[in-house]
Order: sequence, then C-alpha cells, then structure tokens
Amino acid sequence: MKLLQRFYLVEVVSGLTLTAAHFFRNMGLHIAHALGRTDARGAVTIQYPEERRPYSPRLRSLHRLVRREDGSPRCVACMMCETVCPAHCIYIVAAEHPNPEIEKVPARFDIDLGKCVFCGYCVEACPEDAIRMDTGILEFSSYSRDGMIYTKETLLALEPAGADGRPTSPVPIPADRRP
Amino acid sequence: MTDLGIAFGRVAFVMLFVLNMGGLLTWVERKQSAIMQDRIGANRASIFGFRLMGLFHPLADAIKMLTKEDFRPARADRVLFGLAPFVSVFFALVAFASIPFGDVLRVAGREIPLQAVTLNVGILYVFAMLSLGVYGVMMAGWSSANNFALLGGQRAAALMISAEIAIGASIMGVVMIGGSLNMMDIVRAQGHLLWGWLPAWGIVTQPLAFVLFLTAGIAATKRIPFDTPEGESEIIGYFIEYSGMKFGMFAMADFLETVVIAGMTTSLFLGGWQIPYLVADGVRFPWGGAIGLPHLLVVLLQVGAFVVKVCAMIFFMMLVRWTLPRFRYDQAMRLGWLGLFPLSILNIALTGLGLLLWGGPA
Repeated sequence: MKLLQRFYLVEVVSGLTLTAAHFFRNMGLHIAHALGRTDARGAVTIQYPEERRPYSPRLRSLHRLVRREDGSPRCVACMMCETVCPAHCIYIVAAEHPNPEIEKVPARFDIDLGKCVFCGYCVEACPEDAIRMDTGILEFSSYSRDGMIYTKETLLALEPAGADGRPTSPVPIPADRRP
Repeated sequence: MTDLGIAFGRVAFVMLFVLNMGGLLTWVERKQSAIMQDRIGANRASIFGFRLMGLFHPLADAIKMLTKEDFRPARADRVLFGLAPFVSVFFALVAFASIPFGDVLRVAGREIPLQAVTLNVGILYVFAMLSLGVYGVMMAGWSSANNFALLGGQRAAALMISAEIAIGASIMGVVMIGGSLNMMDIVRAQGHLLWGWLPAWGIVTQPLAFVLFLTAGIAATKRIPFDTPEGESEIIGYFIEYSGMKFGMFAMADFLETVVIAGMTTSLFLGGWQIPYLVADGVRFPWGGAIGLPHLLVVLLQVGAFVVKVCAMIFFMMLVRWTLPRFRYDQAMRLGWLGLFPLSILNIALTGLGLLLWGGPA
C-alpha cells in the first residue's frame, strides 16, 4: 500500500465524495420527478406489482392447451410430453374421440406446477402443437400442493399473451384460494 | 410553579427532539442508503392509501416489535437480561440534557437558558452518560448465557474505552480555548470573530480535534465502520438473544447515540446554535451595516440553526455508515490506541502552544 492509502483518511474522503455525489444526483432526480419531469429517474428500481419490465417473447410461462376450431383440445393424448417430462409433472388419461378421423383425446390432462421445472420439453416434443408456454402468466401460487395442480379445463381456457408480452387471460385462481 | 413549568418545558423539548430524531433515523437510514445506492427504499407502509415516502415504516416497525414474542433464554440472568436494553436506552437519552439548543430566551423578565439542564460540567456529564451506556451492552452480552453475546459485549467494552479516551482527549483543545466545561460557555466562545470576519467555530480553531472527535464519536455509537460489537456477519453480537422491542431498544440506543454525538459535534465544533454574524439584537456584518431583529426571532433562528446543524451531522454520519466497510477488531483497536489517542495528545500540546503564543482564552 502506498503511504497515502495507509493513512486511510484520504481514501475515506474520496469514498465519501463518491457516495455523496450519488446521493445528491439521485436526490435532484427524485425532486425533478416529483415536480413533473417524469423522465427523470433517481433509482433503477422497478416497483414490481405496479411496474413490470417487458417480458421476452421467448419467455416460458404458464402452459396452455391449444384448442381446435370446435373448442376441443388439439391434444391426441400421445403421451409424448408425459414421457419427455424430466419432472414427471404431466398426467394424461386418454379416451376415444367421437370423430373417427381423430384417434384419441385426453380425458384428463393435469400439470403439477409444483413439480414443473419450466424446461419447455413438452412443447418441443408435442407432434400436434397442442401445448404451448406462451400465456405470459408467471404469478401463480397456492397455499397447498393440490392448488398447484392445473387441470385440462383450466389449461384449455388460457389465451396466448398479447404483443407486449402481457397475459390476456386472467390468472387461474387455484381451488384453495377461490372465495 | 412557573419555574417548574419552564424546567419541564426545557426537558420536554430536548426529550421530544431526541426521541423523535431517534425514531426518524430508522427512516433516514433506509431512505438515505437507498438514495445513495440508486434505490428507492422502503415505501410500502401506508395509512388510508397515503404512503408519505415511507414515513409510516418506523410506526409499522414499532407495532411489529411490540407484538413480537419477548423471548428469554432459559439460562439467561433474569434481572440483568431484562434490564440491559433499558439501561442502554436510558443513558443514550439523558446524555443530550446538557447540550444547549439555543441562547438565553428572555420572556417577561425571565432569563431561560435553552438547554435541558444547566450544568457547570456539562461536557463531563455527556461523557459520563455515554460511557455508562456501554454498561447496558455489557450486561446484555454477559447475561445472555451465549458465547457470541459475551464476545460482543466484551468487544463493545473494549471499543468504548478506546473511543472514549480519544473523545475525552480530543475535546481538551476546545475546552482550553473555551475556558470552561460548561457547554453553553463553549458555544458562546465560538461566537467570536477571528480577524474580524471568520467565526471562531471549533472546526476552524481545532480542525485536527474535529476529525479525531468525529472518528472516535462514530466509534462510540457502535455503528459501521466500528460495529465490531455487532458484526452481523461474524458474531451478531451482544443482542443475539434479544427479540421484539428489547432488540429494538438496542437499535434505538444506537440511533440516539448518533443524535447525541451529532449534537456534541455541533456544539463543540460547529458553533452550536450560533449563526455567523447573528448577535443578540440582529445581524451585524463584519463589513459594516446591521439589521435589527426582534429577540424572539433571533432565538428561533438560533434553535433552527442548531437543528439544521445536527441534521447535517447526522447526514454525514449516515454517509460514513453507508460508505465504509467494517474495521476488523484489531484494526479498530489499533486506530483507537495508536492513531486517535496519540494525535489527541499532540493536539492538546499544539493547542497549548498556540494559546501561549497568541494569548489565552478569549
């Protein structure tokens, strides 16, 4: 260490100058913001529930099941996603489809989001493009493990996110939090 | 009866000032650190939707702490464990009593000195109270039946001794120039003008002592960079076994000590309630010319000046607290005993030499 650094006081003053400069610059920006200059920002903070940062279009969010034109699921219950899932969080029960052109339909399609690792393999594996992770919904939580299990009906009702990446369908409320 | 009322009023003013400042400092600490670090800081607590820049957070904290479980370890000393936080807060609170916050107020033929208690040995009183404050910390450390707490208490005692010695020695120069141990007299002595224009504030006449006193004073508050007694990341410290409001009282004692040290620095080195060129009957500029002001306005200005100076000192101490990293225990000891203490002695010698050469106390 140089002699000046060993003396410490000089370094203390230079450090205090730096932090004080930050303080007064940010304080000025905060005051300017309060006086109506909305472009002046004294902090890098994003005030989360009111303010959100833009989501990437590639973001893997809550799954949804894609519908056919008649509203039935596009899924043919081929079990590809269930097989590829590394977390074993997908549970499918297959059933006969009334239309003979279509082989099968899921009688049940449950995703346990408490186990899901959001790897997106199910979307990759699907030969029918029947499952997607583009709802933009990230804020699902529950007071119980059962509340994290999302059923076929819930997943079918979801819509893809808008162009701004924001969810267009309401966040599904798990059973244990329904009023 | 009137005398009693006046005495009560003086004490109440100081008490409310110090207590409110102590409570507000929790808010200042959060907000100032946030602004220094490009953040926003706590702003969520609200009453009827009003957030007031997070000013309700101290209130929310108090409610939280009062409603928490007051836990006492099974092997802790029942009496001392309960007493320690109160001792800590009490001595931090009463230390402010002899710091003057204004000149003499003349109302209806009475002369009211604006300090809670007029003491001839005011400085010694503040030191005594600050030193006694460490007993609370030591009691907490010892009575908790926890080795980390004991370690913290022992560190606090060692740090306090090394800091107090440096504080006591560094203000000797101010006392020599002021010629009195009475805080009021010391502040008055700083009202003189050097060479006809420079206020003889302690920071001008005793620059070395100012740096030494401030360093030792920050050490006496046990806050970063001298928080070895707490050392959150290593031993957690003397209050490790405390919870709820008792823990809050230790934190509060630290804040109160910050206010006391800020008040001391203001009184001894920043001219206390003095405003440059403001005398008892108005403003008198050194280049001639004067503006007459009513007595009450002068007194109000002086009290306001004192409060502003204390707030500025608190700002500075917070700036230090949020800028510097913690000293290691041995570094803090070395700084106290091998740095601050010899320099304070040197300062006494230099002051004596100066007084010998340029005349005695003014």
